[in-house]
Amino acid sequence: MKLLEYQGKELFTEHDIAVPKSYLARNQSELNQIADKLQFPVVLKSQLTVGGRGKAGAILKCMKLEDLAPKFTELLNKEVKGELPKVILIEEAVNIDKELYLSLFLNRGKRSYSIISSAQGGMDIESVENKVIQDISITGLTQSDAENIAKKLNLDGVTAKSFSNIVIKLAKLVREKEAELAEINPLAILKDGTCLALDSKIIIDDNSLFRHPELRKYVQISELQEQAEKSGFSFVELDGNIAIIGNGAGLVMSTLDIVTDAGGKPGAFLDFGGGATTETIYKALEVISKLSKIKAILVNLFGGIVRTDLVAQAILNAYQDGMITVPIYARISGAESEKSKKMLSNSNAKLYDTVEEAISSLVQYKELSK
Amino acid sequence: MSKKFDIFDILVGKPGDTDYGNKPVIIQGITGNFGSVHTRLMREYGTNIVAGVTPNKGGQTFEGIPVFDSLKDANKNFGAKISGIFVPAPFFLSAVKDAVNNGIKLLVAIPEHVPVRDAMEALEYAQTNGAKIIGPNTPGVIVPSVNKIGIMPSQPFTKGSTAVFSRSGTLMYEVSYHLSRQGIGQQIALGIGGDPINGTNLIEAFELIGDRDEVESVVVVGEIGGDAEESLVQYIEKTGFSKPVVAYVAGRSAPKEKRMGHAGAIVYGNYGSAESKISSYSKVNIPVAKRPAEVPSILLKLMK
Repeated sequence: MKLLEYQGKELFTEHDIAVPKSYLARNQSELNQIADKLQFPVVLKSQLTVGGRGKAGAILKCMKLEDLAPKFTELLNKEVKGELPKVILIEEAVNIDKELYLSLFLNRGKRSYSIISSAQGGMDIESVENKVIQDISITGLTQSDAENIAKKLNLDGVTAKSFSNIVIKLAKLVREKEAELAEINPLAILKDGTCLALDSKIIIDDNSLFRHPELRKYVQISELQEQAEKSGFSFVELDGNIAIIGNGAGLVMSTLDIVTDAGGKPGAFLDFGGGATTETIYKALEVISKLSKIKAILVNLFGGIVRTDLVAQAILNAYQDGMITVPIYARISGAESEKSKKMLSNSNAKLYDTVEEAISSLVQYKELSK
Repeated sequence: MSKKFDIFDILVGKPGDTDYGNKPVIIQGITGNFGSVHTRLMREYGTNIVAGVTPNKGGQTFEGIPVFDSLKDANKNFGAKISGIFVPAPFFLSAVKDAVNNGIKLLVAIPEHVPVRDAMEALEYAQTNGAKIIGPNTPGVIVPSVNKIGIMPSQPFTKGSTAVFSRSGTLMYEVSYHLSRQGIGQQIALGIGGDPINGTNLIEAFELIGDRDEVESVVVVGEIGGDAEESLVQYIEKTGFSKPVVAYVAGRSAPKEKRMGHAGAIVYGNYGSAESKISSYSKVNIPVAKRPAEVPSILLKLMK
């Protein structure tokens, strides 16, 4: 779960990591309530999960009260990579001397946490130069470890102390909240030498949420996503118009690639997990039926282990209930496949023995390119 | 681990062992939905399941298999070194400790949704005590025609001389199915697991078969997320690993910063991207199949 900037900053505040003074506004009336408290200049920041807000113009500086409302409205209506904000963060601008980069992340290969820091902040981590990367123990990080990192960045005096305190606090946050990533970019050094977190990017381990009731308020998933998850499915909405359903994340991903290679545009990824029963397939189709952009459905079930007639029955039911009208191309090999083909012979669904065959006829479907 | 871990010795044994090809296995979480279904299927395949563990259900039996409250009780008489873990994710860590403390050397960890923190602690615990975990979130491990510990279907697998290592369950079945249809059987097929942290990663999987002559080739089924494939390539370069390898990477067309079903299948920037993995493989001339069905023909060409 990726937190929004203001949510991450709430966690920073809880862990005593300094952030700029700020307010949240969802709409004009909330904005009116805070307007006269603001010390200008302020920075308006669209609260989005996608990256690249700065470049997309979703962060605006505002020098005076008169400009506040128009800029606020502009941001509320600005879509970035298909995402509209629900809330705008309004922060008082600060005098910055220098910007640093700091992140703590789960280093999968090493099965430990690593810290990345750099005396150059404000950029994409891949373009950050002079990185200091080292493995740390988030349970046993000492003051002197943190001070060493500050030394490597050539920080001294008040700044070195403030920075190493933040490293310790960030490690504590990562440990307590079970984060996979906690990034502060940029971490500002103010005129007085102390450090202040100007941005936050925190990703929480979804699998640990069951023991973090305090983080549940941050869970933000679409209704459709929620419905899918309740059924135990993994569901990701994509940009195109072909829904891809299968039993296994890897298999569905692989199908996505083959469809894309063949010129198709996937619009949904749905992995319904292990058991391919009439009920699970029907439920998966039900989720897909709520996406009006979908013009065709590709079902890819791992061969050999599926009772294909159970799948055929689900497809038949979905058509008969009027839930699905678009054509279904299904790769189902396994027991009872002749019977299944017969069951679906009068429907809008076709069965294929290989995924390649299913996809090559799918991409010829004319409605897809309209 | 400093001492070489011989997975075949644990799973199969050596000719002359009284239980050669019939090693005892304990199932943790045997009475659960998942555990019970797959205990039945594993037995049908030939796995010698001697006992099960479910807290508070000690004294019961499951289809003739005695159930115990803890692995400590269960393993008193059996001396089993293998356990299959089918407990719900929140109980994973305690199940691992119970197993490691009581003689288990190979833990096959099926549960999905284990928190990273628990997985890390479990791995450290196992490692310190000389045990190995496969998974979590793995379909398990199968030695075709001997036994399987896991949830994989039996049909796709045939006995032979390749090793299949996969980060995805269904793709392990899919690729093995295509291999078997082309007459390429498997010496072992092992699921790395779809989580960010894996008890047995790709490199360690390669170490398991590196000097085993019966394994003549390796198929690596990867996916987006992390840098397991990139690290594997470094390992292959460094060790001069000489058996023919064919790779596949799922998720070339997946969007960034979206979790594609598996907890570990997520791309940040270039970290974890399919391009990064495919270009790593090309550095050591490992061919990468574009589709699972392409794997056998590429492998056959390499083996010529």
